[in-house]
Amino acid sequence: MAESNSATQDNDRPLLVAEGLTKSYGRVLACRDVSFVLYPGEVLAIVGESGSGKSTLLQLLSAQLAPSAGKVSYRMRDGVLRDLNALGEAERRFLFRTDWGYVHQDPAMGLRMAVSAGANVGERLMAVGWNHYGKIRDTASSWLERVEIGLDRIDDAPKTYSGGMRQRLQIARNLVTEPRLVFMDEPTGGLDVSVQARLLDLMRGLVGELGLAAVVVTHDLAVARLLSHRVMVMKGGSVIETGLTDQVLDDPREPYTQLLVSSILPA
Amino acid sequence: MSALIEIADAEKTFTMHLQGGVRLPVVRGVSFDVQPGECVVLAGPSGAGKSSILKMIFGNYRCDSGRIDILHRGARIDLANAEPRQILDIRRATIGYVSQFLRAVPRVSTLDVVAEPLLVTGVPRAEARARAGALLGRLNIAERLWSLPPATFSGGEQQRVNIARGFISNLPILLLDEPTASLDAANREVVVGLIAEKKRDGVAMVAIVHDDEIRARIADRLVDVAAFAAAA
Ligand SMILES: Nc1ncnc2c1ncn2[C@@H]1O[C@H](COP(=O)(O)OP(=O)(O)OP(=O)(O)O)[C@@H](O)[C@H]1O
Ligand SMILES: Nc1ncnc2c1ncn2[C@@H]1O[C@H](COP(=O)(O)OP(=O)(O)OP(=O)(O)O)[C@@H](O)[C@H]1O
Ligand SMILES: [Mg+2]
Ligand SMILES: [Mg+2]
Repeated sequence: MAESNSATQDNDRPLLVAEGLTKSYGRVLACRDVSFVLYPGEVLAIVGESGSGKSTLLQLLSAQLAPSAGKVSYRMRDGVLRDLNALGEAERRFLFRTDWGYVHQDPAMGLRMAVSAGANVGERLMAVGWNHYGKIRDTASSWLERVEIGLDRIDDAPKTYSGGMRQRLQIARNLVTEPRLVFMDEPTGGLDVSVQARLLDLMRGLVGELGLAAVVVTHDLAVARLLSHRVMVMKGGSVIETGLTDQVLDDPREPYTQLLVSSILPA
Repeated sequence: MSALIEIADAEKTFTMHLQGGVRLPVVRGVSFDVQPGECVVLAGPSGAGKSSILKMIFGNYRCDSGRIDILHRGARIDLANAEPRQILDIRRATIGYVSQFLRAVPRVSTLDVVAEPLLVTGVPRAEARARAGALLGRLNIAERLWSLPPATFSGGEQQRVNIARGFISNLPILLLDEPTASLDAANREVVVGLIAEKKRDGVAMVAIVHDDEIRARIADRLVDVAAFAAAA
Protein backbone atom coordinates (compact mmCIF):
# COMPACT_ATOMS: atom_id res chain seq x y z
CA MET A 1 0.00 0.00 0.00
CA ALA A 2 1.36 3.47 0.78
CA GLU A 3 5.07 3.20 0.23
CA SER A 4 6.07 5.42 3.11
CA ASN A 5 4.43 3.46 5.91
CA SER A 6 7.55 1.82 7.22
CA ALA A 7 8.45 3.84 10.29
CA THR A 8 7.73 2.00 13.50
CA GLN A 9 4.91 3.38 15.60
CA ASP A 10 5.19 3.75 19.30
CA ASN A 11 1.65 3.62 20.60
CA ASP A 12 2.57 4.82 24.05
CA ARG A 13 3.89 8.14 22.88
CA PRO A 14 1.55 11.03 22.07
CA LEU A 15 0.87 11.69 18.40
CA LEU A 16 -0.63 15.15 18.75
CA VAL A 17 -0.24 17.50 21.70
CA ALA A 18 -2.27 20.69 22.15
CA GLU A 19 -1.13 23.14 24.81
CA GLY A 20 -3.15 26.18 25.80
CA LEU A 21 -4.59 26.69 22.33
CA THR A 22 -6.31 30.03 22.06
CA LYS A 23 -7.70 31.91 19.10
CA SER A 24 -9.42 35.26 19.13
CA TYR A 25 -11.13 37.12 16.31
CA GLY A 26 -11.12 40.69 17.55
CA ARG A 27 -13.13 40.50 20.73
CA VAL A 28 -14.54 37.02 19.98
CA LEU A 29 -12.62 34.30 21.80
CA ALA A 30 -13.39 31.44 19.41
CA CYS A 31 -11.17 28.99 21.26
CA ARG A 32 -9.86 29.37 24.77
CA ASP A 33 -6.94 27.58 26.42
CA VAL A 34 -7.49 24.07 25.04
CA SER A 35 -5.00 21.38 26.04
CA PHE A 36 -5.06 17.65 25.39
CA VAL A 37 -3.00 14.74 24.18
CA LEU A 38 -4.00 12.35 21.39
CA TYR A 39 -2.36 8.93 21.11
CA PRO A 40 -1.94 6.80 18.00
CA GLY A 41 -5.17 4.95 17.17
CA GLU A 42 -7.28 7.18 19.42
CA VAL A 43 -10.47 8.78 18.13
CA LEU A 44 -11.45 12.02 19.83
CA ALA A 45 -14.86 13.58 19.24
CA ILE A 46 -15.40 17.29 19.74
CA VAL A 47 -19.04 18.09 20.46
CA GLY A 48 -20.87 21.27 21.35
CA GLU A 49 -23.37 23.80 20.13
CA SER A 50 -23.06 25.94 17.03
CA GLY A 51 -20.44 28.65 17.43
CA SER A 52 -18.72 26.93 20.36
CA GLY A 53 -15.39 26.85 18.54
CA LYS A 54 -15.23 23.28 17.25
CA SER A 55 -14.21 24.09 13.69
CA THR A 56 -11.79 26.74 14.89
CA LEU A 57 -10.11 24.17 17.14
CA LEU A 58 -9.89 21.68 14.28
CA GLN A 59 -8.22 24.26 12.08
CA LEU A 60 -5.77 25.13 14.84
CA LEU A 61 -4.94 21.47 15.36
CA SER A 62 -4.34 20.91 11.67
CA ALA A 63 -2.16 24.03 11.37
CA GLN A 64 -4.50 25.74 8.96
CA LEU A 65 -4.91 28.55 11.43
CA ALA A 66 -2.22 30.09 13.62
CA PRO A 67 -3.15 30.29 17.31
CA SER A 68 -3.23 33.60 19.17
CA ALA A 69 -1.57 31.71 22.03
CA GLY A 70 -0.51 28.16 22.77
CA LYS A 71 0.91 25.53 20.46
CA VAL A 72 0.32 22.21 18.73
CA SER A 73 3.00 19.55 18.39
CA TYR A 74 2.93 16.46 16.20
CA ARG A 75 5.10 13.36 16.25
CA MET A 76 6.58 13.04 12.79
CA ARG A 77 7.32 9.65 11.26
CA ASP A 78 10.91 9.92 12.44
CA GLY A 79 9.56 9.83 16.02
CA VAL A 80 10.36 13.46 16.83
CA LEU A 81 7.65 15.67 18.34
CA ARG A 82 7.68 18.98 16.43
CA ASP A 83 5.93 22.30 17.00
CA LEU A 84 3.66 22.73 13.98
CA ASN A 85 4.07 26.48 13.90
CA ALA A 86 7.83 26.10 13.67
CA LEU A 87 7.51 23.91 10.57
CA GLY A 88 8.12 25.48 7.21
CA GLU A 89 5.26 25.77 4.74
CA ALA A 90 6.73 22.97 2.61
CA GLU A 91 6.98 20.62 5.59
CA ARG A 92 3.40 21.36 6.57
CA ARG A 93 2.17 20.70 3.05
CA PHE A 94 4.10 17.43 3.07
CA LEU A 95 2.34 16.40 6.30
CA PHE A 96 -1.01 17.13 4.69
CA ARG A 97 -0.16 15.05 1.66
CA THR A 98 1.23 12.05 3.50
CA ASP A 99 0.47 11.72 7.18
CA TRP A 100 -2.85 13.51 7.52
CA GLY A 101 -6.30 13.45 6.07
CA TYR A 102 -8.91 16.19 6.30
CA VAL A 103 -12.54 15.34 5.64
CA HIS A 104 -14.69 18.43 5.11
CA GLN A 105 -18.40 18.58 5.79
CA ASP A 106 -18.85 19.85 2.24
CA PRO A 107 -17.26 17.28 -0.10
CA ALA A 108 -16.83 19.98 -2.71
CA MET A 109 -14.12 21.48 -0.50
CA GLY A 110 -12.20 18.23 -0.26
CA LEU A 111 -12.61 16.93 -3.81
CA ARG A 112 -11.90 18.17 -7.29
CA MET A 113 -15.43 18.11 -8.53
CA ALA A 114 -14.72 18.12 -12.26
CA VAL A 115 -12.11 15.35 -12.50
CA SER A 116 -12.88 11.65 -12.36
CA ALA A 117 -13.28 9.75 -9.09
CA GLY A 118 -10.28 7.60 -10.01
CA ALA A 119 -8.15 10.69 -10.50
CA ASN A 120 -9.36 12.21 -7.24
CA VAL A 121 -7.99 9.20 -5.39
CA GLY A 122 -4.95 8.67 -7.63
CA GLU A 123 -3.86 12.27 -7.27
CA ARG A 124 -3.05 11.76 -3.58
CA LEU A 125 -0.85 8.79 -4.48
CA MET A 126 1.00 10.75 -7.15
CA ALA A 127 1.58 13.49 -4.59
CA VAL A 128 3.50 11.02 -2.47
CA GLY A 129 5.59 9.87 -5.40
CA TRP A 130 3.69 7.02 -7.01
CA ASN A 131 4.22 7.08 -10.76
CA HIS A 132 3.16 3.71 -12.12
CA TYR A 133 -0.19 4.32 -13.82
CA GLY A 134 -1.42 0.72 -13.51
CA LYS A 135 -0.61 0.51 -9.82
CA ILE A 136 -2.26 3.85 -9.11
CA ARG A 137 -5.40 2.80 -10.94
CA ASP A 138 -5.51 -0.57 -9.15
CA THR A 139 -5.11 1.02 -5.75
CA ALA A 140 -7.70 3.69 -6.55
CA SER A 141 -10.11 0.97 -7.70
CA SER A 142 -9.65 -1.07 -4.58
CA TRP A 143 -10.32 2.01 -2.44
CA LEU A 144 -13.46 2.86 -4.37
CA GLU A 145 -14.68 -0.67 -3.73
CA ARG A 146 -13.82 -0.31 -0.08
CA VAL A 147 -16.02 2.76 0.20
CA GLU A 148 -18.75 1.00 -1.78
CA ILE A 149 -18.54 3.00 -4.98
CA GLY A 150 -19.18 0.81 -8.02
CA LEU A 151 -16.22 0.55 -10.39
CA ASP A 152 -18.50 1.51 -13.27
CA ARG A 153 -18.41 5.00 -11.76
CA ILE A 154 -14.62 5.33 -11.54
CA ASP A 155 -14.36 7.54 -14.62
CA ASP A 156 -17.23 9.80 -13.61
CA ALA A 157 -16.58 13.12 -11.88
CA PRO A 158 -17.97 13.60 -8.36
CA LYS A 159 -20.17 16.43 -9.57
CA THR A 160 -22.34 13.61 -11.00
CA TYR A 161 -22.43 11.81 -7.60
CA SER A 162 -25.00 11.93 -4.80
CA GLY A 163 -24.07 13.57 -1.49
CA GLY A 164 -23.39 10.26 0.23
CA MET A 165 -21.21 9.01 -2.65
CA ARG A 166 -19.25 12.25 -2.66
CA GLN A 167 -18.57 11.91 1.04
CA ARG A 168 -17.43 8.30 0.60
CA LEU A 169 -15.17 9.38 -2.24
CA GLN A 170 -13.71 12.11 -0.06
CA ILE A 171 -12.94 9.48 2.57
CA ALA A 172 -11.24 7.22 0.01
CA ARG A 173 -9.17 10.14 -1.25
CA ASN A 174 -8.06 10.90 2.28
CA LEU A 175 -7.27 7.37 3.38
CA VAL A 176 -5.51 6.06 0.28
CA THR A 177 -2.14 7.31 1.50
CA GLU A 178 -2.65 5.57 4.84
CA PRO A 179 -2.44 8.67 6.99
CA ARG A 180 -1.82 8.33 10.71
CA LEU A 181 -4.19 11.13 11.66
CA VAL A 182 -7.46 12.24 10.12
CA PHE A 183 -9.39 15.41 10.91
CA MET A 184 -13.10 15.37 10.17
CA ASP A 185 -15.48 18.31 10.42
CA GLU A 186 -19.11 17.12 10.60
CA PRO A 187 -18.44 14.22 8.22
CA THR A 188 -22.07 13.10 8.28
CA GLY A 189 -23.64 16.57 8.31
CA GLY A 190 -25.99 17.46 5.50
CA LEU A 191 -26.73 13.85 4.57
CA ASP A 192 -30.04 12.17 5.12
CA VAL A 193 -30.36 9.70 7.92
CA SER A 194 -30.05 6.38 6.07
CA VAL A 195 -27.06 7.70 4.12
CA GLN A 196 -25.50 8.89 7.37
CA ALA A 197 -25.89 5.45 8.91
CA ARG A 198 -24.11 3.76 6.02
CA LEU A 199 -21.29 6.31 6.06
CA LEU A 200 -20.90 5.88 9.81
CA ASP A 201 -20.63 2.09 9.51
CA LEU A 202 -18.02 2.55 6.84
CA MET A 203 -15.98 5.04 8.85
CA ARG A 204 -16.16 2.93 11.97
CA GLY A 205 -14.87 -0.11 10.09
CA LEU A 206 -12.04 1.77 8.40
CA VAL A 207 -10.87 3.60 11.52
CA GLY A 208 -10.73 0.29 13.39
CA GLU A 209 -8.98 -1.65 10.62
CA LEU A 210 -6.40 1.00 9.87
CA GLY A 211 -5.80 1.93 13.51
CA LEU A 212 -6.16 5.60 12.61
CA ALA A 213 -6.07 8.42 15.08
CA ALA A 214 -8.83 10.90 14.38
CA VAL A 215 -10.30 14.15 15.63
CA VAL A 216 -13.97 14.28 14.66
CA VAL A 217 -16.07 17.40 15.06
CA THR A 218 -19.75 16.57 15.30
CA HIS A 219 -22.89 17.94 16.85
CA ASP A 220 -24.38 14.44 16.72
CA LEU A 221 -23.81 12.48 19.92
CA ALA A 222 -24.71 9.22 18.19
CA VAL A 223 -21.74 9.79 15.88
CA ALA A 224 -19.53 10.45 18.89
CA ARG A 225 -20.76 7.29 20.62
CA LEU A 226 -20.16 5.08 17.61
CA LEU A 227 -16.83 6.44 16.44
CA SER A 228 -14.93 7.90 19.34
CA HIS A 229 -13.01 6.69 22.36
CA ARG A 230 -13.01 10.07 24.05
CA VAL A 231 -15.09 13.23 23.85
CA MET A 232 -14.47 16.87 24.56
CA VAL A 233 -17.52 19.04 25.13
CA MET A 234 -17.09 22.68 24.07
CA LYS A 235 -19.11 25.71 25.04
CA GLY A 236 -18.29 29.33 24.32
CA GLY A 237 -14.80 28.44 23.09
CA SER A 238 -13.82 26.43 26.17
CA VAL A 239 -13.67 22.72 26.84
CA ILE A 240 -16.11 22.24 29.70
CA GLU A 241 -16.01 18.46 30.08
CA THR A 242 -13.86 15.67 28.72
CA GLY A 243 -13.47 11.94 29.25
CA LEU A 244 -14.15 8.45 28.04
CA THR A 245 -17.04 8.65 25.57
CA ASP A 246 -19.48 6.30 27.28
CA GLN A 247 -18.69 7.87 30.66
CA VAL A 248 -19.41 11.41 29.50
CA LEU A 249 -22.58 10.34 27.68
CA ASP A 250 -23.95 8.02 30.40
CA ASP A 251 -22.80 10.00 33.43
CA PRO A 252 -22.54 13.62 32.26
CA ARG A 253 -21.38 15.99 34.93
CA GLU A 254 -21.75 19.55 33.64
CA PRO A 255 -25.17 21.20 33.26
CA TYR A 256 -24.58 21.86 29.57
CA THR A 257 -23.49 18.25 28.91
CA GLN A 258 -26.56 16.96 30.72
CA LEU A 259 -28.69 19.18 28.51
CA LEU A 260 -26.97 17.90 25.35
CA VAL A 261 -27.40 14.28 26.41
CA SER A 262 -31.01 14.69 27.47
CA SER A 263 -32.00 16.21 24.17
CA ILE A 264 -31.14 13.14 22.11
CA LEU A 265 -32.57 9.67 21.91
CA PRO A 266 -30.39 6.97 23.48
CA ALA A 267 -28.01 5.36 21.00
CA MET B 1 -3.76 -15.16 46.74
CA SER B 2 -4.28 -11.56 45.71
CA ALA B 3 -7.56 -9.83 44.96
CA LEU B 4 -8.34 -8.93 41.35
CA ILE B 5 -10.71 -6.17 42.47
CA GLU B 6 -10.23 -4.11 45.61
CA ILE B 7 -12.71 -1.32 46.23
CA ALA B 8 -12.09 1.10 49.08
CA ASP B 9 -14.50 3.83 50.15
CA ALA B 10 -16.00 4.39 46.73
CA GLU B 11 -18.73 6.99 46.56
CA LYS B 12 -21.27 8.08 43.97
CA THR B 13 -23.69 10.99 43.89
CA PHE B 14 -25.60 12.21 40.85
CA THR B 15 -26.28 15.92 40.52
CA MET B 16 -29.24 16.56 38.26
CA HIS B 17 -28.68 20.02 36.84
CA LEU B 18 -31.81 19.91 34.73
CA GLN B 19 -33.87 19.32 37.88
CA GLY B 20 -32.67 22.41 39.69
CA GLY B 21 -29.38 20.84 40.75
CA VAL B 22 -30.94 18.24 43.04
CA ARG B 23 -28.31 15.89 44.47
CA LEU B 24 -29.00 12.18 44.47
CA PRO B 25 -26.56 10.36 46.76
CA VAL B 26 -26.45 6.71 45.68
CA VAL B 27 -23.68 4.92 47.56
CA ARG B 28 -20.93 5.81 49.98
CA GLY B 29 -18.16 3.84 51.67
CA VAL B 30 -18.32 1.00 49.15
CA SER B 31 -15.56 -1.39 50.18
CA PHE B 32 -15.10 -5.02 49.19
CA ASP B 33 -12.71 -7.19 47.25
CA VAL B 34 -13.02 -10.10 44.86
CA GLN B 35 -10.57 -12.98 44.67
CA PRO B 36 -9.76 -15.08 41.61
CA GLY B 37 -12.37 -17.80 41.04
CA GLU B 38 -14.85 -16.09 43.31
CA CYS B 39 -18.35 -14.84 42.48
CA VAL B 40 -19.52 -11.98 44.69
CA VAL B 41 -23.22 -11.21 44.39
CA LEU B 42 -24.46 -7.69 45.14
CA ALA B 43 -27.70 -7.80 47.07
CA GLY B 44 -30.11 -5.04 47.98
CA PRO B 45 -33.45 -3.55 47.02
CA SER B 46 -34.24 -1.91 43.72
CA GLY B 47 -32.55 1.47 43.46
CA ALA B 48 -29.94 0.62 46.11
CA GLY B 49 -27.15 1.22 43.61
CA LYS B 50 -26.16 -2.29 42.53
CA SER B 51 -25.97 -1.52 38.82
CA SER B 52 -24.24 1.78 39.57
CA ILE B 53 -21.48 -0.06 41.42
CA LEU B 54 -20.95 -2.44 38.49
CA LYS B 55 -20.80 0.52 36.12
CA MET B 56 -18.23 2.20 38.34
CA ILE B 57 -16.07 -0.94 38.28
CA PHE B 58 -16.33 -0.91 34.47
CA GLY B 59 -15.47 2.79 34.31
CA ASN B 60 -18.81 3.63 32.73
CA TYR B 61 -19.85 5.75 35.72
CA ARG B 62 -17.38 8.00 37.46
CA CYS B 63 -16.44 7.49 41.05
CA ASP B 64 -16.58 10.69 43.14
CA SER B 65 -14.06 9.53 45.71
CA GLY B 66 -12.36 6.36 46.91
CA ARG B 67 -10.41 3.77 44.94
CA ILE B 68 -11.23 0.91 42.62
CA ASP B 69 -8.01 -1.07 42.32
CA ILE B 70 -7.85 -3.56 39.48
CA LEU B 71 -5.11 -6.09 38.84
CA HIS B 72 -4.39 -5.29 35.22
CA ARG B 73 -1.54 -6.80 33.19
CA GLY B 74 0.21 -7.77 36.42
CA ALA B 75 0.01 -4.37 38.09
CA ARG B 76 -2.48 -2.68 40.35
CA ILE B 77 -4.23 0.28 38.77
CA ASP B 78 -6.83 2.57 40.33
CA LEU B 79 -9.60 2.67 37.77
CA ALA B 80 -11.39 5.47 39.60
CA ASN B 81 -8.51 7.76 38.69
CA ALA B 82 -7.33 6.22 35.42
CA GLU B 83 -6.99 7.93 32.04
CA PRO B 84 -9.58 7.06 29.38
CA ARG B 85 -7.02 5.12 27.36
CA GLN B 86 -6.07 3.08 30.42
CA ILE B 87 -9.72 2.26 31.05
CA LEU B 88 -10.10 1.15 27.44
CA ASP B 89 -7.06 -1.08 27.80
CA ILE B 90 -8.49 -2.53 31.02
CA ARG B 91 -11.69 -3.36 29.11
CA ARG B 92 -9.70 -4.97 26.32
CA ALA B 93 -7.51 -7.12 28.54
CA THR B 94 -9.04 -7.41 32.01
CA ILE B 95 -12.72 -6.60 32.58
CA GLY B 96 -15.72 -7.97 30.70
CA TYR B 97 -19.22 -6.69 31.37
CA VAL B 98 -22.59 -8.18 30.63
CA SER B 99 -24.93 -5.22 30.91
CA GLN B 100 -28.58 -5.58 31.79
CA PHE B 101 -29.58 -4.68 28.25
CA LEU B 102 -27.67 -5.23 25.04
CA ARG B 103 -26.42 -2.01 23.53
CA ALA B 104 -24.93 -3.26 20.30
CA VAL B 105 -23.58 -1.25 17.44
CA PRO B 106 -26.40 -1.01 14.90
CA ARG B 107 -26.22 -2.98 11.67
CA VAL B 108 -23.51 -5.38 12.84
CA SER B 109 -24.36 -9.09 12.61
CA THR B 110 -24.93 -11.09 15.78
CA LEU B 111 -21.93 -13.29 15.02
CA ASP B 112 -19.66 -10.24 14.77
CA VAL B 113 -21.17 -8.58 17.85
CA VAL B 114 -20.18 -11.69 19.81
CA ALA B 115 -16.79 -12.16 18.11
CA GLU B 116 -15.70 -8.54 18.56
CA PRO B 117 -14.09 -8.81 22.02
CA LEU B 118 -11.83 -11.53 20.59
CA LEU B 119 -11.03 -9.55 17.45
CA VAL B 120 -9.79 -6.57 19.44
CA THR B 121 -7.33 -8.80 21.26
CA GLY B 122 -5.94 -10.03 17.96
CA VAL B 123 -7.67 -13.40 17.54
CA PRO B 124 -7.98 -14.15 13.79
CA ARG B 125 -11.44 -13.49 12.36
CA ALA B 126 -12.21 -17.08 11.37
CA GLU B 127 -11.33 -18.43 14.79
CA ALA B 128 -13.24 -15.63 16.57
CA ARG B 129 -16.33 -16.33 14.49
CA ALA B 130 -16.10 -20.06 15.08
CA ARG B 131 -15.93 -19.55 18.83
CA ALA B 132 -18.79 -17.04 18.66
CA GLY B 133 -20.92 -19.55 16.77
CA ALA B 134 -20.16 -22.30 19.26
CA LEU B 135 -21.20 -20.12 22.19
CA LEU B 136 -24.35 -18.85 20.45
CA GLY B 137 -25.25 -22.47 19.72
CA ARG B 138 -24.75 -23.40 23.34
CA LEU B 139 -27.07 -20.55 24.32
CA ASN B 140 -29.68 -21.86 21.88
CA ILE B 141 -29.57 -18.98 19.42
CA ALA B 142 -30.65 -20.49 16.11
CA GLU B 143 -28.00 -20.36 13.39
CA ARG B 144 -30.35 -18.57 10.99
CA LEU B 145 -30.20 -15.54 13.31
CA TRP B 146 -26.41 -15.26 13.39
CA SER B 147 -26.12 -13.10 10.31
CA LEU B 148 -28.76 -10.62 11.49
CA PRO B 149 -28.11 -7.62 13.74
CA PRO B 150 -29.63 -8.34 17.17
CA ALA B 151 -31.69 -5.11 17.22
CA THR B 152 -34.91 -6.89 16.22
CA PHE B 153 -34.43 -9.93 18.49
CA SER B 154 -36.67 -10.75 21.44
CA GLY B 155 -35.59 -9.62 24.91
CA GLY B 156 -34.35 -13.06 25.89
CA GLU B 157 -32.49 -13.53 22.60
CA GLN B 158 -30.78 -10.17 22.98
CA GLN B 159 -29.77 -11.03 26.50
CA ARG B 160 -28.24 -14.31 25.36
CA VAL B 161 -26.30 -12.47 22.65
CA ASN B 162 -25.10 -10.12 25.37
CA ILE B 163 -24.08 -13.06 27.55
CA ALA B 164 -22.21 -14.70 24.67
CA ARG B 165 -20.36 -11.44 24.03
CA GLY B 166 -19.40 -11.19 27.70
CA PHE B 167 -18.35 -14.81 28.16
CA ILE B 168 -16.46 -15.35 24.91
CA SER B 169 -13.12 -13.90 25.98
CA ASN B 170 -10.86 -15.18 28.70
CA LEU B 171 -10.75 -12.00 30.75
CA PRO B 172 -9.79 -12.28 34.43
CA ILE B 173 -12.75 -10.19 35.64
CA LEU B 174 -16.39 -10.44 34.63
CA LEU B 175 -19.27 -8.18 35.72
CA LEU B 176 -22.79 -9.56 35.33
CA ASP B 177 -25.92 -7.42 35.65
CA GLU B 178 -28.93 -9.75 35.93
CA PRO B 179 -27.68 -12.15 33.28
CA THR B 180 -30.56 -14.59 33.75
CA ALA B 181 -33.41 -12.12 34.23
CA SER B 182 -35.38 -12.79 31.04
CA LEU B 183 -34.26 -16.35 30.31
CA ASP B 184 -36.22 -19.58 30.45
CA ALA B 185 -35.17 -22.42 32.73
CA ALA B 186 -33.09 -24.23 30.12
CA ASN B 187 -31.09 -21.14 29.23
CA ARG B 188 -30.66 -20.20 32.90
CA GLU B 189 -29.02 -23.61 33.34
CA VAL B 190 -26.63 -22.84 30.49
CA VAL B 191 -25.63 -19.56 32.15
CA VAL B 192 -25.11 -21.24 35.53
CA GLY B 193 -22.84 -23.72 33.74
CA LEU B 194 -20.88 -20.92 32.04
CA ILE B 195 -20.38 -19.16 35.38
CA ALA B 196 -19.11 -22.39 36.96
CA GLU B 197 -16.57 -22.76 34.14
CA LYS B 198 -15.36 -19.21 34.65
CA LYS B 199 -14.86 -19.94 38.35
CA ARG B 200 -12.76 -22.96 37.51
CA ASP B 201 -10.70 -20.73 35.22
CA GLY B 202 -10.03 -18.39 38.15
CA VAL B 203 -12.16 -15.53 36.90
CA ALA B 204 -13.28 -13.00 39.53
CA MET B 205 -16.96 -12.14 39.11
CA VAL B 206 -19.32 -9.55 40.50
CA ALA B 207 -22.94 -10.35 39.75
CA ILE B 208 -26.41 -8.99 40.34
CA VAL B 209 -29.07 -11.72 40.40
CA HIS B 210 -32.60 -11.39 41.66
CA ASP B 211 -33.57 -15.05 41.35
CA ASP B 212 -32.99 -16.64 44.78
CA GLU B 213 -32.30 -20.10 43.45
CA ILE B 214 -29.75 -18.93 40.88
CA ARG B 215 -28.15 -16.66 43.43
CA ALA B 216 -27.75 -19.50 45.89
CA ARG B 217 -26.08 -21.60 43.22
CA ILE B 218 -23.56 -19.07 41.92
CA ALA B 219 -22.75 -16.85 44.93
CA ASP B 220 -19.63 -17.51 46.95
CA ARG B 221 -20.31 -14.41 49.01
CA LEU B 222 -23.02 -11.74 49.27
CA VAL B 223 -22.30 -8.06 49.60
CA ASP B 224 -25.26 -6.09 50.91
CA VAL B 225 -25.40 -2.81 49.01
CA ALA B 226 -27.95 -1.41 51.47
CA ALA B 227 -25.02 -1.10 53.88
CA PHE B 228 -23.55 1.49 51.53
CA ALA B 229 -26.71 3.58 51.42
CA ALA B 230 -25.72 7.21 51.09
CA ALA B 231 -29.11 8.85 51.46
CA ALA B 232 -29.23 11.15 54.47
N1 LIG C 1 -12.88 33.94 10.38
C1 LIG C 1 -13.60 34.37 11.42
N2 LIG C 1 -13.72 35.67 11.71
C2 LIG C 1 -14.43 36.10 12.77
N3 LIG C 1 -15.07 35.27 13.63
C3 LIG C 1 -14.99 33.97 13.40
C4 LIG C 1 -14.27 33.43 12.30
N4 LIG C 1 -14.36 32.09 12.33
C5 LIG C 1 -15.12 31.78 13.40
N5 LIG C 1 -15.49 32.90 14.05
C6 LIG C 1 -16.30 32.96 15.28
O1 LIG C 1 -15.72 32.08 16.22
C7 LIG C 1 -16.72 31.37 16.95
C8 LIG C 1 -16.50 29.87 16.81
O2 LIG C 1 -16.75 29.48 15.45
P1 LIG C 1 -16.58 27.98 14.92
O3 LIG C 1 -16.76 28.00 13.46
O4 LIG C 1 -15.33 27.44 15.44
O5 LIG C 1 -17.83 27.28 15.63
P2 LIG C 1 -18.35 25.77 15.51
O6 LIG C 1 -18.36 25.23 16.90
O7 LIG C 1 -17.61 25.03 14.49
O8 LIG C 1 -19.86 26.01 15.07
P3 LIG C 1 -20.79 25.16 14.05
O9 LIG C 1 -21.28 23.97 14.81
O10 LIG C 1 -21.91 26.11 13.76
O11 LIG C 1 -19.98 24.80 12.86
C9 LIG C 1 -18.05 31.87 16.40
O12 LIG C 1 -18.52 32.86 17.24
C10 LIG C 1 -17.69 32.42 15.04
O13 LIG C 1 -18.58 33.44 14.66
N1 LIG D 1 -27.07 8.00 34.91
C1 LIG D 1 -27.83 8.28 36.00
N2 LIG D 1 -28.22 9.54 36.23
C2 LIG D 1 -28.95 9.83 37.31
N3 LIG D 1 -29.36 8.94 38.24
C3 LIG D 1 -29.00 7.66 38.06
C4 LIG D 1 -28.23 7.26 36.92
N4 LIG D 1 -28.02 5.93 37.02
C5 LIG D 1 -28.64 5.52 38.15
N5 LIG D 1 -29.22 6.55 38.78
C6 LIG D 1 -29.96 6.49 40.06
O1 LIG D 1 -29.15 5.84 41.02
C7 LIG D 1 -29.94 5.01 41.88
C8 LIG D 1 -29.40 3.60 41.86
O2 LIG D 1 -29.65 3.02 40.60
P1 LIG D 1 -29.13 1.59 40.19
O3 LIG D 1 -29.52 1.36 38.78
O4 LIG D 1 -27.70 1.48 40.53
O5 LIG D 1 -29.98 0.66 41.18
P2 LIG D 1 -30.08 -0.91 41.29
O6 LIG D 1 -29.71 -1.28 42.66
O7 LIG D 1 -29.33 -1.56 40.19
O8 LIG D 1 -31.65 -1.16 41.08
P3 LIG D 1 -32.44 -2.32 40.29
O9 LIG D 1 -32.41 -3.50 41.19
O10 LIG D 1 -33.81 -1.75 40.15
O11 LIG D 1 -31.76 -2.53 38.99
C9 LIG D 1 -31.36 5.13 41.36
O12 LIG D 1 -32.04 6.07 42.15
C10 LIG D 1 -31.20 5.63 39.95
O13 LIG D 1 -32.29 6.39 39.55
MG1 LIG E 1 -18.14 24.19 12.60
MG1 LIG F 1 -29.86 -2.62 38.40
